[in-house]
Amino acid sequence: MTRKTRRLWLVIACVACLGAAAALMLKAFSSDIVFFVTPSQVAASAPPADRTVRLGGMVVAGSVQREKRGETPIARFDVTDGQAAVTVRYEGILPDLFREGQSVVAVGTMQKGGFVASEVLAKHDETYMPKEVAEALKKSGKWDPRFGPPPSATSWNSMTVQDAKKGLASSGSAPLPASTGN
Amino acid sequence: MLSPELGHYALALACILATAQGILPLIGAQRRDRRVMMLAPGLAVGQLLALLAAFVCLVNAAVTDDFSVQNIAANSAVSKPLLYKITGVWGNHEGSILLWALILGVCGAAVAAFGRNLPSALRARVIAVLGAVAAGFELFCLTTSDPFARVWPAPMDGQGMNPLLQDPGLAFHPPILYTGYVGFAVPFAFAIAALIEGRVDAAWGRWVRPWAVAAWCFLTCGIALGSWWSYYVLGWGGYWFWDPVENASLIPWLTGTALIHSAIVVEKRESLKIWTVLLAIATFSFSLSGTFLVRSGILNSVHAFANDPARGIFILGLLAVVIGGSLALFAYRAPALTAGGLFAPISREGALVLNNILLCSLCAVVLTGTMYPPFMSLLFGRTISVGKPFFDATTIPLAIPLFIFMGFGPMLPWKRAQLWPVLQRLWLAALLAAVAFAVFTFGMSGILPILCSALAVWVIAASVLDLAERVRLFRMPLSGSFQRARMLPRSIFGTAIAHAGVGVTILGLAAMSQAQHKIVEVPIGTTEHLAGYDWTLTNVTQEPGPNYSAMVATLEIRHNGKIVTIMHPSKRSFNSQNQTTTEVSIHTNLLADLYGVLGDKHGTAAAPTYVLRLHYNPLAPWMWLGALIMATGGMLSLSDRRMRVGAPRRAKPSSNSVTAA
Repeated sequence: MTRKTRRLWLVIACVACLGAAAALMLKAFSSDIVFFVTPSQVAASAPPADRTVRLGGMVVAGSVQREKRGETPIARFDVTDGQAAVTVRYEGILPDLFREGQSVVAVGTMQKGGFVASEVLAKHDETYMPKEVAEALKKSGKWDPRFGPPPSATSWNSMTVQDAKKGLASSGSAPLPASTGN
Repeated sequence: MLSPELGHYALALACILATAQGILPLIGAQRRDRRVMMLAPGLAVGQLLALLAAFVCLVNAAVTDDFSVQNIAANSAVSKPLLYKITGVWGNHEGSILLWALILGVCGAAVAAFGRNLPSALRARVIAVLGAVAAGFELFCLTTSDPFARVWPAPMDGQGMNPLLQDPGLAFHPPILYTGYVGFAVPFAFAIAALIEGRVDAAWGRWVRPWAVAAWCFLTCGIALGSWWSYYVLGWGGYWFWDPVENASLIPWLTGTALIHSAIVVEKRESLKIWTVLLAIATFSFSLSGTFLVRSGILNSVHAFANDPARGIFILGLLAVVIGGSLALFAYRAPALTAGGLFAPISREGALVLNNILLCSLCAVVLTGTMYPPFMSLLFGRTISVGKPFFDATTIPLAIPLFIFMGFGPMLPWKRAQLWPVLQRLWLAALLAAVAFAVFTFGMSGILPILCSALAVWVIAASVLDLAERVRLFRMPLSGSFQRARMLPRSIFGTAIAHAGVGVTILGLAAMSQAQHKIVEVPIGTTEHLAGYDWTLTNVTQEPGPNYSAMVATLEIRHNGKIVTIMHPSKRSFNSQNQTTTEVSIHTNLLADLYGVLGDKHGTAAAPTYVLRLHYNPLAPWMWLGALIMATGGMLSLSDRRMRVGAPRRAKPSSNSVTAA
C-alpha cells in the first residue's frame, strides 16, 4: 500500500459518498421542497393536487366553522392575503395560538373543493406575523410597516389599496389591538 | 451590594482580562518567555471569577425582582416561581449570551487547571485562543446586548416569561446544550495552537480527545433534552421538527462525532492530522454560527425567541473574524503539517475514515437543507421550506451504510486487516439482525423502518459481541473473563456502550415511525379505541393555577378491561400574556408512550364536546435513553486512565506510538 493508492481509495470513497449525498439531495429538491404560496397565487394558478405547499395569510374573521364527521373534528376557515381568499379544511386540533384575524400557515395540498391542510401552524405570540405573510401583505400594497401595525384582517377582502392608505391617514394604527409588549 | 452596576463592571473587567488573555500568552509563547506564558492560567481564572460575579449579580437581580433592570422587567414577574426566576436568567437573549461567555470562561479555567502536563507553550496558546474568543463575546454582550441595562421609571411588575418556557426541561436544556457548543471551543483552541506551532502529533491527539469527548457528551445530552422538551411540551406528538434551531445543534454534533473518531487515528497512528484540525475548526464554527445565526434572526424559526436583526451585523463580523481567521490560518499553515502513517483501506483507520466521510456527507446534507431556504429567499425572493420529507429522503440512505460499518469497525485491527475473520466473529450479530428483520417484517410497515430496526439490532449485538470477544466470554472460566474485563481499558467499554446507545436510539426512531394517533371530538363519557387500549374521557374540570387557569380532563385508560393509568391532560390559559399552552399527559411503560392531549371545548354549554388527540408512541423513550447511553459511553471512556494521564512530554514526531488496543 503506497501513499498514492491510499489517496486513490480515499478519493473514491469521498466521491462515492458525496456523490450519493448530492444525488439524494437533488432528487429530494425536485420532489420534497415545499413552496410558500399566498391565496392570490392559488387563485391565479392552483398548484397540482399532489404537491404539498404552505399556504400563508390571515384568518378571515368570522370565517371559522367547526363541524364533526363522526367523531372527527373538522375546521374550515378562510385564509386571505387581502386580494383573494382560500378556504382551508383541516382535520384535527387547531394550535393554541390560532385566532381569527391573525396570521396562520397551513401545510397541505390544493384539492378541488379547497385547500386540505395536514398541519396548521400559528406562531408564538399574538403580535407576531410569519415573515412570508408580512411580505405578501406588503406586496399587495395593503400594509406598509413604516406606518404602524398591520390592518385588521376583517377588512382585507373588501379593502382596496386606497382604503388602506386612508385608514392609516385617519386613524393611525388603530385597527389592531395595541401590542401588549411580550 | 450585588447591584447590576457591579455586574456590569465585572463583565467589563472580564472583557479586559480576556483581551489580555488573548494577547499576552501568545507573545510569551512566540518569544519563549516563560514568565509571560505563565500569565495565561491566572488571567483565565481571573476572567472566570469576573464572569461568575457578573452572573451572580444578574441572578440576584432576578431573584430579588429588581425590575429596574430592563432584562428582568421584560422577562420576569413577581408571581413567577423561584426556580424559573433563576433559570429565566438564561431564557432570554442577553442572559443566554452571558451564560455562553461564562461557560467559555469555565473552559479556559479548566484548561488552565487540568492542562498542567501540557507543554507550556501549547497551553499558553490554547488559553490565549480561548481568551480571544471570549473577549469577542464579552464585547458583544457589553455593546449590543447588555443584560444589566436599567430602565427608568422601573415598572411595578415585570412582563413575565413566555409560558412555554416555564418548564423544568427547558430550564436545564440551555446550560447543557451550551456546554456542548462551547466545549468544542477547546478542541478549536488546540487546533489553532497546533497550527501556530506547525506541529500535530500523537500527543496532540491524546490531549485534544478528552475535551472533544466531554463536549460531545454534553451536546448529545443537550440535543436529547431539547427533543424531549419539544415532545412533551409542544404537544404535537413528534420529537424532531427539522427546524433550523434543531439542525443548528445537529450539524456540530455530526462533525463533533467525526472529530472524536478522527482524533483516535491521530493519537494511535499519527495520520489524518490535517483533517482532524479542520474538523475541530469546523465543529466550533458550526456551533458558533448555529447559535448566533438563529439568535440574529437570519434563520426564521419557531424556537427563536430572541430575534433582533440589529445585532446581526456584530454577530456576522464576529463570525467572519473567528471562522475566516481560523480558516485562513489553516490554509496558510496546514501544508506545514507532515503526512502520517500509511494504512490499508480495510483496517481500523480505514473504517474510521469511512465513518468520517459518511458523517460529513450527512452533515453536508443537513447543512444544505437548512441553508437552502434562506438563500433561495435572499437570492431569488422565492419562499420555500424544507421539512421532514426532504431530510428523511436524504439522511436515511446515508445513515444506513454508517450503521452497517459501525458494527465491525471497532473489531478491525490497525494498519491492515482481513475482513473475513471479522465477519466470522460477527456471524451471531448478523444472524440476530436477520432474525430481527424477519420478525419486524410482520410487525412493522415500510421497508426503511424495518431495515433500520434490523441494523439497530446489528449494531447493539456487534457491540456486545465485541466486548464478549475481548473478555473471551464462555471460552474460558467466568472468573478469567472477569479478570480480563477488569484489565480492559475503559475506553473499550466506552466505545461499545456508545455504539450500543446509537442502536437503542435508532430502534426508538424506527419504532416511532409506526406511531398511531387519533383525533376525536367527543362528549364526556365516550370511550375511544387506539392501539389495543380503551381511552375513556370521564371528566373535565376547571382548576386555578398560580398564574393561569386550567381546563383539566380526566382520561381513564384500560387494556383488556384492566385500568392502566388515569391521565390528566390540560389546557392552561395565562391571564397576563393572553396565551394558552397545552399540557400533555404521558404514561410510559418504557416500551411505549401513551400520550394524551386536550384540545378545544366545543358544542353547547348544556352538551359540551372536547377535542382529544391520542397518540400511541412505541419505544419513544428509547430515543432519549439511547442518547443517554451514548453520553454514558463517552463519559466512561473519559475516565480511562490513558485519557486522564496523557503523556507527560511530547513523543517525537517520528516515533511510532502504536499501542496495542
